[in-house]
Amino acid sequence: MSDVPAIKADGLVKHYGKTKALDGLDLTVPLGTVYGLLGPNGAGKTTAVRILATLLRPDGGQARVLGRDVVADAAAVRRTIGLTGQYAALDEYLTGRANLIMIGQLSRLTARAARQRADDLLEQFDLTAAASRAVKTYSGGMRRRLDLAASLIGRPEVLFLDEPTTGLDPSARALMWDIVRQLVADGTTLLLTTQYLDEADVLASRVAVIDGGKVIAEGPPAELKASVGGQRLLITLADESDAETAARALAPFATAPVIPSGADRLIEAPVIASDGLATEVVRALDAAGVKVTEISVRSASLDDVFLTLTGHVAEDKTTAQAGQTAKEAVQ
Amino acid sequence: MTALTVNQAPSPGTTIGRNPIGLFLTDVWVLTKRSIARIRREPETLSDVTIQPVLFVLMFAFVFGGAIGGVGRSGGGFDYHSYLIGGMLGMSLAQTAPGTAVAIVSDMETGLIDRFRSLPMSRAAVLTARTIADLLTQVIGGIVVALVGLAIGWRIHNGAGDAIEAFALALLFGYAFTWVGVCLGMVLRSPEAAQQTGFVLFLPLTFISSAFVPTQSMPGWLQPVAEWNPMSSLATACRSLFGNPNPAVLVHAWPVQHPELAVVCWSLGLLAIFAPLAIRLYGNKVR
Repeated sequence: MSDVPAIKADGLVKHYGKTKALDGLDLTVPLGTVYGLLGPNGAGKTTAVRILATLLRPDGGQARVLGRDVVADAAAVRRTIGLTGQYAALDEYLTGRANLIMIGQLSRLTARAARQRADDLLEQFDLTAAASRAVKTYSGGMRRRLDLAASLIGRPEVLFLDEPTTGLDPSARALMWDIVRQLVADGTTLLLTTQYLDEADVLASRVAVIDGGKVIAEGPPAELKASVGGQRLLITLADESDAETAARALAPFATAPVIPSGADRLIEAPVIASDGLATEVVRALDAAGVKVTEISVRSASLDDVFLTLTGHVAEDKTTAQAGQTAKEAVQ
Repeated sequence: MTALTVNQAPSPGTTIGRNPIGLFLTDVWVLTKRSIARIRREPETLSDVTIQPVLFVLMFAFVFGGAIGGVGRSGGGFDYHSYLIGGMLGMSLAQTAPGTAVAIVSDMETGLIDRFRSLPMSRAAVLTARTIADLLTQVIGGIVVALVGLAIGWRIHNGAGDAIEAFALALLFGYAFTWVGVCLGMVLRSPEAAQQTGFVLFLPLTFISSAFVPTQSMPGWLQPVAEWNPMSSLATACRSLFGNPNPAVLVHAWPVQHPELAVVCWSLGLLAIFAPLAIRLYGNKVR
């Protein structure tokens, strides 16, 4: 059993009408690791998770969870997995405790074991005080925690977390991260999808970047970052109209074409850091007649990996969050 | 959050076995309890089987009743208040089906159905539990209609056995429509759409029938539609079993002459089509 990966997907294909949501997705997730599935909206992350969690049949390819086929042996797969989707999948009108007991019993615990485990999880997830309140009175962070508790109640060996922190405020996010870290310490394998690159960076030991329904890069976050060139030069211009000129002046220093990022007055260039680099850059910009307000150098992030690999920015975070909040408000 | 031991192996004796029928019954029981808990927390969700039937009975008896009964009286005459209850029973039970659809769509919207589908539980259990909870609310609806009926002068004349048969037929009929509601819920995308589609389907079902007026008063081309409407069969069966005024005895169409058998055939037919369809839709649900 030890060399069987927790999750193995080979050439998964899924169409929705004419749209190809997955276009030959391959994935290998080793046991006991946190694996990040990274990509913008529409990249196929959620479709992949839904296939692996037996909610959706692939149109092509195959997938195994702990060696069991997700289509042919779906019932066995369901006994080993837990799923936390993008929206808290709970009964709004039941109390937090009643929700957990219900899911526990449906996860094949006896009534007594379900009650015991519900109480344990409520305490561990800091929800005891709210346990006998209806879920509809919960905050966004509390719902996510309860939802995660619900997917843990049957003690899954493989847990799918589909954008677990989308729409959460920073402190609720930090709390979710803590929980995730402790889960891994317990030996649970975790497949995490996220549009927040920093989240994958912090939590995942390996990352697959997906775009257009297939994996376009895979590996530990540090390796991926190194592969796109170590540093980033960030320049804030005094005048937005200088962007083109500045990009041309920076070209000789850059390891890849310099694209004005679109954010006002900001220009970013991939560089190899060296002594005196900033001085030379400022001189070159001055010679080109460009006024600089601010200059800094930072290490490449997964955002840069994404931009380099796909040619487009990972995600407009503010738009995504606004959409999420609107959806939650409707519910 | 200290020393989190959330995911250790279960201790023996805490999980239940894998006998499929036992699992199915456990799941149905757990989920039916869930629906009942919801009703206890928000009793107003029962208004469609409590307040609504009371309003409908009173409105039909006292607003339309004079006009409809008057027409009847000039042509032989019948007691509209007693006539009304058989039809009301059918309407009150069948009209819970859109509510079933709304409940299913809502569970799908919140992702709860997805969670259920990812659990090692019986596939038929989620929907079966929904229909059982709705059957229980239909029992309440039947009792409410009978009580209001008694208050406005409706009586049972043919003994307890026939009366029980009438209520049993009404519940069988209502239960069959619950599965139609489940299917509606599986194919529609929002609670609003479910509510509206339910209304559009159940309004003609209720009104193009002998539930509230004898079919003889309808234009000739509409009469066969009303006579073959399952709602007419149920209303006629109840009237005949309760010993209430039943102008339909003069109609020669088969379902009117054999209303009890017609109700059983309609109900089993609907169940045979919509229950397997609903479970199939649930298994293949793609969103």
